[in-house]
Amino acid sequence: MKVENIAKLARIGLLKEETEKLEKELSSILDYFNVLKKANSKKDPTFHPSEKFIGNVFREDIPSGESPERVENIISLFPDKEGRHIKVKAILNG
Amino acid sequence: MDSLTIKGIREGLKGRRFSAKELSDFYFKKIEKEDSELGCYLELAKETALNQADKIDNLISEGLDIPSLAGVPVAVKDNILVEGLKSTASSFMLKNYISPYDASCVKRIKEEGAVVLGKTNLDEFAMGSSTENSAFKTTKNPKDKSRVPGGSSGGSAAAVSAGLCCCALGSDTGGSIRQPASFCGVFGLKPTYGAVSRYGLIAFASSLDQIGPLAKNAEDAKILFNAIKGKDKKDSTSIEMEENGEIDFKKLKIGIPKEYFGSEAKKGIEREVVSAIESAIKKIEDMGGRVEEISLPNTKYAISVYYMVSTCEASCNLARYDGIKYGLSEKGENLSEVYFNTRAKGFGAEVKRRIMLGTFALSSGYYDAYYLKSQKVRTGIKEDFEKSFKKVDAIFTPVSPTVAFKIGEKTQDPLSMYLSDIFTISANLAGIPALSVPLKTKGLPVGLQILGNYFEESKLFQIAKLLE
Repeated sequence: MKVENIAKLARIGLLKEETEKLEKELSSILDYFNVLKKANSKKDPTFHPSEKFIGNVFREDIPSGESPERVENIISLFPDKEGRHIKVKAILNG
Repeated sequence: MDSLTIKGIREGLKGRRFSAKELSDFYFKKIEKEDSELGCYLELAKETALNQADKIDNLISEGLDIPSLAGVPVAVKDNILVEGLKSTASSFMLKNYISPYDASCVKRIKEEGAVVLGKTNLDEFAMGSSTENSAFKTTKNPKDKSRVPGGSSGGSAAAVSAGLCCCALGSDTGGSIRQPASFCGVFGLKPTYGAVSRYGLIAFASSLDQIGPLAKNAEDAKILFNAIKGKDKKDSTSIEMEENGEIDFKKLKIGIPKEYFGSEAKKGIEREVVSAIESAIKKIEDMGGRVEEISLPNTKYAISVYYMVSTCEASCNLARYDGIKYGLSEKGENLSEVYFNTRAKGFGAEVKRRIMLGTFALSSGYYDAYYLKSQKVRTGIKEDFEKSFKKVDAIFTPVSPTVAFKIGEKTQDPLSMYLSDIFTISANLAGIPALSVPLKTKGLPVGLQILGNYFEESKLFQIAKLLE
């Protein structure tokens, strides 16, 4: 496992010491996970323990109408904003 | 006053022996005096608590009926949102995050008259078994201050144990309510998956997370659980549960899984834990209950499956901390740098480790071998329990192979910390309820874990009462 590549995928900046430490730790954890190779894998996966009670839940995609105060509470948490909009760095060059 | 149960508080308020305000004042004074040493709380909510207490006192002075948790001082784990208070999940990432709304369970206990005292410490984003992974402080075990309170709900368990609240809310993804309850000598319930709404819980692993109560006795845990359970339209996985009937104790059958507590397995468990659990088993037998050995053959895969599923889900859930919408936001030359810098500074070592592990297991070429394989083996773990509950009413195991360990003892070896979760994680993978019951010991507390079939929480409480 290339820790640097995984860190890129995970969008986490790592210091050199952190990368070295993670290499050791993750490889011993993954060695332990080798026990899974011996396990029976013919069963259907369980992605969710309540699947058997409720199955899938569908609803119309309609805003639920939150209170104005709650909306203001959320807007006040934006790290950077212009008016009532979140402000971000440009995502396209030029 | 700090030994009052929910029932005791109710009687005291109705009999006008004390007011809700006096009770809250008493707890805040005790916290101010004792918590600087223990470190249970991250933030106190004096003003809103005293407002709520006034409301209850007004109801009483007008001679009106009071709701089920009227005046009860409750502590809330800091990954559960309480409007107007910070919810940091013990992470630098959310150091200044102020909850814009109440979690559904918090809304419910407030409606039932509970007084929220404050927010309690945890392992960062609930990842850990000792509360040492908090970005802010280490909570101490009130039974022995050189030891950890367990985790991740260590602040909640320690607060209940030290009498710094009447009862508390925690969350449990792989044992995070039960193990600290066991280490601190209190009751803790991980409800059936879906029994309690997760709306307003800061997500760690969504198919495993459940909110549940920590309390001084089984009855309080049950009252608090009854207040928070039920269908919530804001959590599509929540379910309205049927009330279960009374157990016929003459026909009670308890299973002891040989993979957890057979003669071979006992070798890996501390002696005081073994003897406490054996006494509890004997007590059930003396009362006429039947005890038989059962087998949960897929137990040997549980740790691997759990750490695969939980880290995969965590790596997706924690992708939201990007420095854009809320929380910490570090500067960068471009958007990508904002992400990398924010996540480098905001997350602690354990959280980074788990995000990395999950990202790896979900990456192209590894998904089938790790993530999908784990979910298939998880079905086997679930079926082991389903088969067992056709034969027995409940299953007894220890909560943890050890009593509370020393602060600093396991922080250098993440794998050994993971392995200590062996007895608690299967309940989350299967979605079944599990209750940690403190047993009488001469030394440090030991918890008995009672596992039950889906939505059979009331059976667990009845069995726990037998042992009290």
